[in-house]
Amino acid sequence: MSGPAGEEPSAAAGAAGATGGEPSVMGEPSAAGRFGDFGGRFVPESLVLACEELEEAFRSAWADPEFHRELDDILRDYAGRPTPVTECPRLSERLGIRILLKREDLTHTGSHKINNVMGQALLARRMGKGRLIAETGAGQHGVATATAAAYFGMECVVYMGAVDTERQELNVFRMELLGAEVIPVHSGSRTLKDAVNEALRAWVARVGDSHYCLGSVMGPHPYPWMVRELQRVVGTEARAQCRAILGGADPDWVVACVGGGSNAAGTFSGFVDTDAILVGVEAAGGAAMSHGVPGVVHGMMSYLLQDEVGQINEAHSISAGLDYPGLGPEHAHLSAIGRARYATADDEEVLRAFKLLSETEGIIPALEPAHALAWVVRHAGNEIPLGSTVMITMSGRGDKDVAQVRELLT
Amino acid sequence: MSAPLARTDARIPGALEKRLRARRDDGGKILIAYVTGGMGDDWLDAVRAVADAGADAIEIGIPFSDPVMDGPTVQEASVRALRRGTTPASIFAALAAAEVGVPLAVMTYYNLVFRAGHRRFARALVDAGVVGAIVPDLPLEEAGGWSEEADAVGVETVFLVAPSTPDERARRICARSRGFVYGIGLMGVTGERAELASTAREVAGRLRPMTDTPVCIGIGVSNPAQAAEVCTEADGVIVGSALVRKLLDGGGPDAAADFVADLRAGIDAV
Ligand SMILES: Cc1ncc(COP(=O)(O)O)c(C=O)c1O
Repeated sequence: MSGPAGEEPSAAAGAAGATGGEPSVMGEPSAAGRFGDFGGRFVPESLVLACEELEEAFRSAWADPEFHRELDDILRDYAGRPTPVTECPRLSERLGIRILLKREDLTHTGSHKINNVMGQALLARRMGKGRLIAETGAGQHGVATATAAAYFGMECVVYMGAVDTERQELNVFRMELLGAEVIPVHSGSRTLKDAVNEALRAWVARVGDSHYCLGSVMGPHPYPWMVRELQRVVGTEARAQCRAILGGADPDWVVACVGGGSNAAGTFSGFVDTDAILVGVEAAGGAAMSHGVPGVVHGMMSYLLQDEVGQINEAHSISAGLDYPGLGPEHAHLSAIGRARYATADDEEVLRAFKLLSETEGIIPALEPAHALAWVVRHAGNEIPLGSTVMITMSGRGDKDVAQVRELLT
Repeated sequence: MSAPLARTDARIPGALEKRLRARRDDGGKILIAYVTGGMGDDWLDAVRAVADAGADAIEIGIPFSDPVMDGPTVQEASVRALRRGTTPASIFAALAAAEVGVPLAVMTYYNLVFRAGHRRFARALVDAGVVGAIVPDLPLEEAGGWSEEADAVGVETVFLVAPSTPDERARRICARSRGFVYGIGLMGVTGERAELASTAREVAGRLRPMTDTPVCIGIGVSNPAQAAEVCTEADGVIVGSALVRKLLDGGGPDAAADFVADLRAGIDAV
């Protein structure tokens, strides 16, 4: 049998999804929060109302020019937007293809995560919530959320797997400096997926005064949609910047790394209606799209690393930011309809790419986007024909990874 | 009622609601106990002991790697069960061969159901003699596919109502729920609480006029006094973490039975 995904849609799901017509690619999901077969809202009843209220609040904010004005101002004056697109002449010469980088590494706090958190914190304020809850893996999203909380004068509690609080002591200290409380999570595998569970549990207990500031395009509806919209700025800017550089043309390839998939979703949203080939690169040890099967966890139907009965597996790679056993449901959909492809990069080639970009361009990348670069390096001159133009989203800077890379290289 | 007849009764479709209604219509209060399947070598003995001590029905937890509705106690039991190699199939096999005598419902998370396939999972329940299912991360909007298959083979799907659930939605949930309506006693996850949340009785009071299906309150009901207090408004209670705690602490089936007997006495006094 084909399993539930292949069964007749239920009356309830059918009714909820009946919004009339196919949603456009990277437009709004269905009323039930579905991107094709993926997404939805698989949450305990205690969170249904909170998700509905959040959806309504986001919908109204996103239609409000005043909200956009305020967010745009914050992203410009505080987060440092727009970020440039940088030509990489020395790297391009080395690879025989033209490389452009979208420089999210140059934002305040050093990664694209800031776009999402400033938007969600502004939304939380609009909803009258003065407390932010977040999960974090390596600590990037936790640091970003703690930053947003400090900026808005909000309380902030970050859940982080106990394994990760040990691995990423410095980020724990950063969050504490920013005034956040970091709570080590000892349940399950004590990593990111368990931090998400714990954040959801904490949200259930404090829905009245707390907003759950989820860090990627995952979780229950409306998060995958909302976070993609908040990251859309990456793709919108990059598209115009690429056209300016390329004399009105679009890149042939657009490549981004995928953990939960937020920098990739934001990037792809700017190019989905061009002829660019879109590629999402997962860590080989956390490749939900490449090695997973459909399932439901953290409120969403998507591809997940899991065993034959449905227990969720852990992800393992050198980059904590990509160590997530699932990915956002919209990516599962983009893959299903053939609009984006998903590939993997392994630890070794990622380290080589990390060094290569540092040496040729003076840009030390975070290990996460080094995956995107590693995939491009591997395919330059074969699958990616010589002379092609490739834009890669440099989702973050490598400062956080330098100590780890030093250990790995010596 | 003779024991063998009771056993057969407890396994036929509809047995859960039938048994709980009978208890209520008799003027009694309903006691539902929760035990995590596979949490120790003697888990099945504990289930039997709990039934003999006065539980009207028993929820069998099928452990999941990411139990988002569960607090530390049930999480610990789940981890223990998973480390012992517990799977849905091993629990079903054990239950199929067991003689418990009261209706059983599984409590698990949707991915295990989805991965097996709705139809296959529903049939596995029937084959194991399980009459009900509680899937807390499957809200009404997402439940259609599962409910159809469950209904088709007579498995009763219990739905949950939270303190935050608006009345109009609560009515729809009550209408869809089979076996009983699971009123969530507080805004939080499973676990023992020193005090009974005020929301526990509120939810019961709100739900009872909405439905003729028995209304039972669970989550945060931890001792006989709290159970009795809830039962002033509710048709019954579900006690999980506090019971699982006795088993985790090594009390075995005897401690579980003593505790359930105390709970029974507590609510019988209401
Ligand atoms: C620099 C950077 N890039 C990418 C990611 C992965 O997240 P996403 O796939 O949501 O962009 C992270 C996550 O921590 C990150 O820190």
